[in-house]
Amino acid sequence: MSIWEYANPVKFMKTTDKILPWTVGIAAITLIVGLVWGYFFVPAAENFGGSVKVIYVHVPAAMMAINIWVMMVVTSLIWLIRRHHVSALAAKAAAPIGAVMTLIALITGAVWGQPMWGTWWEWDPRLTSFLILFLFYLGYIALWAAVENPDTAADLTGVLSLVGGVFAVLSRYAANFWNQGLHQGATLSMDSEQHIADVYWFPLLLCLAGFIFFFLALVLIRTRTEVRARRLGAIQQRERMA
Amino acid sequence: MIALLMRDLRLAVRAGGGFGLGLAFFLIVVTLVPFGVGPEGKILARIAPGILWVGALLACLLSLDRIFALDYEDGSLDLLVTAPVPLEGVVSIKALAHWITTGLPLVVAAPVFGILLHLPQGAHVWMVISLLLGTPALSVLGTFGAALTVGLKRGGLLLSLLVLPFYVPTLIFGAELVRRGAEGMNTETPLLMLAGITAATVALVPFASAAAIRVNLR
Repeated sequence: MSIWEYANPVKFMKTTDKILPWTVGIAAITLIVGLVWGYFFVPAAENFGGSVKVIYVHVPAAMMAINIWVMMVVTSLIWLIRRHHVSALAAKAAAPIGAVMTLIALITGAVWGQPMWGTWWEWDPRLTSFLILFLFYLGYIALWAAVENPDTAADLTGVLSLVGGVFAVLSRYAANFWNQGLHQGATLSMDSEQHIADVYWFPLLLCLAGFIFFFLALVLIRTRTEVRARRLGAIQQRERMA
Repeated sequence: MIALLMRDLRLAVRAGGGFGLGLAFFLIVVTLVPFGVGPEGKILARIAPGILWVGALLACLLSLDRIFALDYEDGSLDLLVTAPVPLEGVVSIKALAHWITTGLPLVVAAPVFGILLHLPQGAHVWMVISLLLGTPALSVLGTFGAALTVGLKRGGLLLSLLVLPFYVPTLIFGAELVRRGAEGMNTETPLLMLAGITAATVALVPFASAAAIRVNLR
């Protein structure tokens, strides 16, 4: 018994069939509780007003936007090294979710930034690097769509995700250097002295967990769809051959 | 490898289009900007470093899909893959040829175009230095994009989408170097960063490009 057994599509389908309802359930509960708590039972912050509540969507989405790319890099590496198809398909399945998360982070950021900074868009390092990340996602998805042979597509996008990851980080620091922007520093790091108040922190924690499970559920569903689509493709090809 | 370089250069010069096309495009960008922004010298001088860099970048982008596509179509790319030279070397030579045909003319022409855009006197030398340092990275990253899309029928547009985000750090540091040079500020940091990016891409990206070509020709 090793973890690589789950690379077997049959085994993967069987296991996820059991896990999936739980993931969906946990995601729904944590998201509903976290968002309702955050939006209705948290006092409006002084000098921030009600608009601060956007963080319950903005921060988790931004976190996922980055981490989904990391997950794609890891699964692509597994595919490139050990050639497990499920791994490549999981990377493919995750990309559109990551793109949407990036978009959510950008839009909620704009909605938040408008009253806070008086502008919808500012060429601030964080905003800019997210825009670039969004471009990376678009390119990745487009490359998957453009290459016909699934194995070739998996290889090419795998290499793209690796190089793209390096450049996403590089762009982040380049943008930082290029313009010191308006965005506040990280307030959620565990070791930092300055910490947001617990009233805001707990629902946010729930929302973060909710987004993680929400992503897990989505990526499992999408990966299962990809596996099925692949099987269908194989069957169709066999019929054409016959 | 030198033979390959000479062949690529000859093809670019004789087959028409490739050589000088990037330069013409660069000229078009430089000509269009004053019409769009207005002919006021002060404004032009301020945006000149950025415009020149963006123009150089777009000119570079324009000629990328020719790097491998023609060789792929007539089958010579298969021969290059099976040649005794390592594919990484072939890719590097291709990038070098691309740089000589598009990057180098841009470097040479940049001072002239700088005059058209009222680039401050002191910034000309920085413009040349930054382009000289930065455009090799553009070419190498371009071969990576071209390698990814080599088997595709309409890869040109996709190629731009793939490569553009990769160009961002080079663009930022390149334009920043010129801007600081123009204002007489300390140029060491962007200079070193630009050189570092170029050195790293030249050293590492050919491996990724070669891997992509192998996948595409499998």
